[in-house]
Amino acid sequence: MDWLNAVLQGLLLGGLYALLAAGLSLMFGVMRIVNLAHGVLAVVAAYMGYFLVHNFHINAFLTLIVVIPVMAGIGWVLQMGLFNPSLKSGGLAPILVAFGIAVVITNLLQAFFTADTRSIDAGMLGVQSIQVTDTIYIGVFPLITFVVGVLVIAGLQVYLNRTRDGLAMRAASDDKDAAQLMGIDNRRIYAKATALAIGIVGIAGVFLGIRTQFSPTYGDATLIFAFEAVIIGGLGSLWGTLIGGIVLGVAQTVGAQINPSYGVLFGNLVFLAILAFRPTGLLQKAVNS
Amino acid sequence: MSAPATVGPVKVRRATKSSWIGLAVIVPILIVLALGPYIISRGLQQNLVILFSLIVLGTMWNLLAGYGGMVSIGQQAYIGIGAYGLVYIADSLGIDPFLAVPVAVIIAGLLSLPISFLAFRLSGGYFAIGTWVIAEVVRLITMQIDAVGGGAGLTLTALNVLSPGRRIAYVYWLSLAAVVIAVLVTYLIMRSRLGLGFTAIRDDATAAGSLGVRVTSSKRIVYLVSSMGCALAGSMIAANTLHITPESVYSVQYSAFMIFIVVIGGMGTIEGPIIGAIVFYALQQWLSDYGVWYLVILGVLAIVVVLLAPRGLWGLLSLNGRIKLFPVGYRLVNPLERFAVVKTKEPAA
Amino acid sequence: MTLLNVDAVDVHYGDFQALYGLSLHVQEGETLAVIGANGAGKSTLMKALAGLMTPTNGTITFDGRDITRVPSYKRVPMGIALTPEGRRIFPSLSVEENLKVGAHSGRPGPWNLASVYEAFPLVADRRDRVGVNLSGGEQQAAAIGRALMSNPRLLMLDEVSLGLAPVVVEQIYAAMPTITGNGTTVLLVEQDVNQALKVADRVQCLLEGRTVLEGTAGSLTRDQIASAYFGI
Repeated sequence: MDWLNAVLQGLLLGGLYALLAAGLSLMFGVMRIVNLAHGVLAVVAAYMGYFLVHNFHINAFLTLIVVIPVMAGIGWVLQMGLFNPSLKSGGLAPILVAFGIAVVITNLLQAFFTADTRSIDAGMLGVQSIQVTDTIYIGVFPLITFVVGVLVIAGLQVYLNRTRDGLAMRAASDDKDAAQLMGIDNRRIYAKATALAIGIVGIAGVFLGIRTQFSPTYGDATLIFAFEAVIIGGLGSLWGTLIGGIVLGVAQTVGAQINPSYGVLFGNLVFLAILAFRPTGLLQKAVNS
Repeated sequence: MSAPATVGPVKVRRATKSSWIGLAVIVPILIVLALGPYIISRGLQQNLVILFSLIVLGTMWNLLAGYGGMVSIGQQAYIGIGAYGLVYIADSLGIDPFLAVPVAVIIAGLLSLPISFLAFRLSGGYFAIGTWVIAEVVRLITMQIDAVGGGAGLTLTALNVLSPGRRIAYVYWLSLAAVVIAVLVTYLIMRSRLGLGFTAIRDDATAAGSLGVRVTSSKRIVYLVSSMGCALAGSMIAANTLHITPESVYSVQYSAFMIFIVVIGGMGTIEGPIIGAIVFYALQQWLSDYGVWYLVILGVLAIVVVLLAPRGLWGLLSLNGRIKLFPVGYRLVNPLERFAVVKTKEPAA
Repeated sequence: MTLLNVDAVDVHYGDFQALYGLSLHVQEGETLAVIGANGAGKSTLMKALAGLMTPTNGTITFDGRDITRVPSYKRVPMGIALTPEGRRIFPSLSVEENLKVGAHSGRPGPWNLASVYEAFPLVADRRDRVGVNLSGGEQQAAAIGRALMSNPRLLMLDEVSLGLAPVVVEQIYAAMPTITGNGTTVLLVEQDVNQALKVADRVQCLLEGRTVLEGTAGSLTRDQIASAYFGI
């Protein structure tokens, strides 16, 4: 039964990972940028949520009303100010700029918040659980996270397939010069995509902050988990990112069930196995990345 | 289009005037450095070892990224393998520490081969994170192995047979030799056909491949050499600090340092990482009172350099590549050009 | 009135000059065909008109407004649409989605999904097919339809016949009367001289970046055109 419980927890954890990874997947899909600062931005959102809860005593979930727009704004500014110029420079510039941003933000967080770990207090919702059977409990918060994760991914799919801007993003991703000929301003479309991606990271970051203890350097692990979810699921597929998140979550919880210190390692090993034996991912969609 | 009015045959030369000057300057500097243990304090020697290891790391990262086009944030895996390799082989296996270093380096090279098959399935930014994941796996596995001290780490004791003065001097000379080897190997690779292939790959990988440049094997060779070089640096670091832990030697900070060194110094040149390491080291010392702010400043500096001065400090100093201390390129020379009535236009660097 | 005026335009690729003081004008409602051999500068001209390249000298005026330096994405809302050389249909989007993207700028006019499908039955049949799975002719028709979706005042067609079977080319050009019937001005670049003469009001022939012949389609003889085309 412990194993079943572990798998169940892993499934729900997968929702958080999918939420974390969605933005990374989107940015790569639209403009081929691997945002190495993705993880630390989630931590920024976590600190924002913590700050609001701690100082203004708002409900943890209500902080999203502030966090999401602020994070989206940060995404917009980053794209217009740094990523767009780096795309113009080409070559290794986008990766290096992203890396620089990650280092700057991590160390700024370190300077202002110190290396102490913190967690966002979500009150009763953070600890309640629903009893399913005698031995199986599902945490309310993990369930909420999972549902939100699925909704966000579904929402993104709808946005990309049915809205004018979403269509523009997909067009720009296919052929950015031809997109210009349609009247699409690539710089602004990219900025919208990044704003969307980082806005979602805002949700993920607050949920992360509720779920675990975090510190400025937690961005590293977060980036790795998001990345693994994307690759396991397969580049170019948002539903793949959800599946990838679930697979990663289950691998980690099952590993931890075997030995508490094996959790992250197991996740990494599953990732490497996918890389070795099915490199295009479980839900291979894109012919070329 | 007017034909150039040349007089006489054209030759292909490697060296430039500045490279001869460079050689004339580098050799005396090396001689002075070699005399280090006789002239400078032990503390300074140990500090210089740190600088030397940074030069090695920067040169190796540049080989991978600047020439090979692969951004890795996982080379710390090999730093750790080099460090643990030295300590384990010298202490537990009882082999002479100075022999243990090449052995550790070779082991790192052997391990990098299967790892490359995994890592090369990814490219670009995903390759970067993938190498980081692999480094993390190596770190986590190391922490599970009790024979190398698990999470607590190891202390190098094999050098204790030497007096501290001698030990520090020997480590200093080892490190100096490592720098020379690393730079020399990089120089020879880039000067060879392999290096020429890389400049072609950098411009257009598909076209290069169609001309017979073996793109994947070339990248693999560079990955191998870079890994071995990082392992060498790892051994230097272990020999210098004596106590190593998984957190310290497998730290992703090393990747951050390597990136800063190469980006700020100048990517894609041999001189760049050397300058970058010196500047980085100086900044590190100078800003050490400010804690994490020095990393913030370095990060901002790196971003600014990438966007505004992509050729880095050496790019600016060398007037955009016109001065070369290490002649890896080719140039056409007409020995009788000075007598030509009409001078041909100098090709852009 | 003159809708498009190109005045003594030079265009360079780095050090290489592709257009030498080229001048051209198109009246509103007319169809101008620019012909010439490979390398004559036709595509370069189109790129400059679409805003993908910037002239080193000279001006381009559209409806009285100087657009020489206006970026390409801003020209579409003004009423200029280009069907680029090689079609460049978005490969991962369906035909219908391709058409919808064409309407991104939101210009009002007679062209919408329904009217495009009516003008190009070939496209209507394939509306759900993904771009990468279309044949050359289907892609060309879809690309023209996509450009029309922006309800342009000036439609530019770059090498429509390239790589297509003559039968397919005829089918596509059969839609021209519907396009021009709506009052749309057309500037087309063609290697297929016959086809160009059939649909154009005026013809301009380029050779090595310069105009070598110009006149109404009816007034020029085959020999005149051949000499100009090949530079004899």
